[in-house]
Amino acid sequence: MDWPSAKQLRDKIKTGEVGSVTATREVFARIAKAEPIVGAYISTFEEAALDKASEVDRRIAKGESVGQLAGVPIAIKDNMCTTFGTTTCASKILENFQAPYNATAVAKLLAADAVIVGKTNLDEFAMGSSTENSGLKRTANPWDTKRVPGGSSGGSTAAVAAGLCYAALGSDTGGSIRQPASLCGVVGLKPTYGRVSRYGLVAYGSSLDQIGPVTQTVEDCALLMSVIAGYDPADSTSIDEQTAPVGDYLAKLDEPVKELRIGIVPSFNAGADEQVRNAVDEAIKAYGNSGATVLEVDMPHLDYAIAAYYVIATAEASSNLARYDGVHYGHRTQEPNDYIEVYTKSRAEGFGKEVKRRVMLGTYALSSGYYDAYYLKALKVRNLIRGDFVRAFESCDCIMMPVSPTTAFKIGEKIDDPLKMYLSDIYTIAANLAGIPAISVPCGFDNGGLPIGLQILSPAFGEEKLLRIARMYEKQTDWHKKRPLITDE
Amino acid sequence: MGKVDYKVLVGLEIHVQLCTRTKMFCSCALAFGEEPNSRVCPVCLGMPGVLPVMNGQAVEFAALAALALNCQIAGFTKWDRKSYYYPDLPKNYQISQYDLPLAINGHIEIPTQAGSLKKIRIRRAHLEEDAGKNLHTAGNFSQVDLNRAGTPLLEIVTEPDMSSAAEVRALAEELQRIVRYLGVSEADMQKGHMRFEPNVNLVITKDGKQYKTPIVEVKNLNSFRALEKSIEYEIGRQLDEFLEMGVVMEMGNKSTRGWDDAKEVTVLQREKEEAHDYRYFPDPDLVPVQVGEQWLNEIKSRLCEMPSKRRIRYVKEYGLSDYDAGVLTAERATADFFEAAVNAGGEPKRVCNLLTQVGLKLANARACSIAELGPDAEDVAELAKITEAGEISATAANVILEEMVKTGKGPRALAEQLNLIQKSDAGELEGIISEVLQNNPQAVEDFKSGGKKSSKARGFLLGQVMQKTKGRANPGVAAEILDKKLT
Repeated sequence: MDWPSAKQLRDKIKTGEVGSVTATREVFARIAKAEPIVGAYISTFEEAALDKASEVDRRIAKGESVGQLAGVPIAIKDNMCTTFGTTTCASKILENFQAPYNATAVAKLLAADAVIVGKTNLDEFAMGSSTENSGLKRTANPWDTKRVPGGSSGGSTAAVAAGLCYAALGSDTGGSIRQPASLCGVVGLKPTYGRVSRYGLVAYGSSLDQIGPVTQTVEDCALLMSVIAGYDPADSTSIDEQTAPVGDYLAKLDEPVKELRIGIVPSFNAGADEQVRNAVDEAIKAYGNSGATVLEVDMPHLDYAIAAYYVIATAEASSNLARYDGVHYGHRTQEPNDYIEVYTKSRAEGFGKEVKRRVMLGTYALSSGYYDAYYLKALKVRNLIRGDFVRAFESCDCIMMPVSPTTAFKIGEKIDDPLKMYLSDIYTIAANLAGIPAISVPCGFDNGGLPIGLQILSPAFGEEKLLRIARMYEKQTDWHKKRPLITDE
Repeated sequence: MGKVDYKVLVGLEIHVQLCTRTKMFCSCALAFGEEPNSRVCPVCLGMPGVLPVMNGQAVEFAALAALALNCQIAGFTKWDRKSYYYPDLPKNYQISQYDLPLAINGHIEIPTQAGSLKKIRIRRAHLEEDAGKNLHTAGNFSQVDLNRAGTPLLEIVTEPDMSSAAEVRALAEELQRIVRYLGVSEADMQKGHMRFEPNVNLVITKDGKQYKTPIVEVKNLNSFRALEKSIEYEIGRQLDEFLEMGVVMEMGNKSTRGWDDAKEVTVLQREKEEAHDYRYFPDPDLVPVQVGEQWLNEIKSRLCEMPSKRRIRYVKEYGLSDYDAGVLTAERATADFFEAAVNAGGEPKRVCNLLTQVGLKLANARACSIAELGPDAEDVAELAKITEAGEISATAANVILEEMVKTGKGPRALAEQLNLIQKSDAGELEGIISEVLQNNPQAVEDFKSGGKKSSKARGFLLGQVMQKTKGRANPGVAAEILDKKLT
């Protein structure tokens, strides 16, 4: 079974070649078939989606103008607030939570006439690398249902891989878009911190979180970015147009970057599985063959990225998640003896193991007497890593490395070993700490037929060029056209 | 028992609610006494996914107040999260400022009873958001009203430089005048716009040795009176506690006591200072504030003469009593109006009397400022001038001012219309006075008898003259004629 990319579908819908209703029905037909196995969605909105699709078809028939994503079925990770349905963050504590407002990125999708298919599964509050930490359901990798889709945006990447939507939004705090994109064989971009509004994205690590596209192709990624990027007065950390104008990501997408200089960090890559390393090396060679220069760059502080990340992200999380207390909304314990028990029991019942672990870690790191040794030191490391990238980008346009050290691992394989799980993010975390954009593009399969991703990192606000670099590779290869067999089974 | 002497040390932690148009980090309007939870939005409710956006006006107001308190404004300031769990705090952290406050190292000058000024040092002033309110009126449950949540507060911390309850009250009142002068707060204590938490202790000298009593923080003070009374009470209580039980300051024996307004006592709330760990860290949702010179200069240009200085100047420059100067300078609008009238030629004491005896009363009744009553400063100056010239009596001037407010007419027109121009014509007055003397032979006799009775009788006769002329006799001229006739 095959289906077009989001951009192709959009173009067909706009010309009237394909109806959005037809495309949306097809998506829901695939959902009916594959979703019981994949489990990508926490909620779906078939009726509302078809209503929206027919509205778009009607407007097109009448010759009215429609948005950039006219009629394209799109999924949203369930940690972005929507006025429709629930916003659960895959947590029992918010299982029935209905948000009173739309996240800015969601509002932008709606304004672009996207058809919202549903909201996808994730590791609870986006904390995890396998989507196994979801408090509400299990998601399988469409390429091998005994394996994890990666995480935390595993629902979004599995849905895109299995054709259960044409594109999706994910969020990335330490690799949560790129790592599952790599494990599911799709494209995933973490934009520069501040490029996409965080308003309405339920916060995990506020200084690291970024919403980004999960797509079938680099072109789709550029299309979604042109919809969701931009300054938002509701997000003080979003960047204004004067400081860094949003580029036209589609306009020059097919123009190859001339005299491309690619930085690599061979010593850092050594920790990845051989098959992953080989696939990444082959991809870099392909760039070399088409005229790019490959040079080694020195990134002396990358080794400390994971340690710094798990201090900063958990510290922020411990504070961000303090509001889930059973007082104002969300799960509240039955018959508490006093208000302290409203807090302790509601939180004990509502949060899963990994969330509790990270809240504890973060609380500890911020405690008086430990602040300087942990949080402050982590911030210093973060600055050093930023500096590493700034220096590296003086000699290269981008840096390439693996996304994940392994291909998709088995469900349950790492769930009881948090440290092993945390190492899944070894290649992705640095981009979040430095605030720079990074993309994962499919670059091959291992012997077991599991997808491998190539990660390309670029200077802050370099999305336009980054997408062009990724597109150069995509045009030479067919990896992104491969579909998992799940929908045919 | 040997000689006991003691010194009082009081420092204040003050929260001033700024009267910005909207809350500190969202666009909800500030409100008092509205339906619970009617002035809220996802941001001040602490909903998932929301982000704060700094209210620039709050920073301006805070900087203005801090400058008036002679503080240094930080070139770089940032926002921190202060974590603690309480139902009226929706995010379970408060956005505040920790190690880099907006302002430091200031002082406030307070009027002392001796009529001079005393400097009280200010350690720091920073901005933060207020919490909501817990209501305990629904039986088994408590309810939370978040209308107030997110209201901008300026927290001011003084050094322990106040040495009496009266000084504390003087500071509180002066601060109220200052923030009202600047228009940055309504500073209504009953509405919780100003909240004072004094830290009180004593340094006692007994038999040549010094002892310090444990610091007590007093809470729940809703009026200037409560503030003053509570400190008076604490001074006595701490002295007794020391003399009777020898209690002195030790590590960790700082306590918190609540003021009971009905019994006029402080009641122990928390024995030991709890080891609070607020886990402060910079709020990643907000960007730090860089204070530019141009911006700061613009704020500085909004500063004005502070009330205590103005009060002293009024005594010196206009010869007013300290009391009158205090009344006139209590509010900026009144003082500005007074000075405008004086600058328009009104004699200061006359203008002062008109404003304090009539103007303020009318303004209070109408809940407005003197400037909003209607007559402008020139009209009041004119009224003062014709009174000063003897054309109308001081009593008539008061009547005219009241009519000016009611009718909007000018002073001279009203004086004529109401027939209040004084009779200074000696011939006419002579006739009236003769008549009065004829009709009151007893009084005339009393006058002539001399002594105590004499001055009383003279007053009575003058009163009769005024009554006959309906107050229009020029009292100076009338007295002169009367005295001539009686001797």
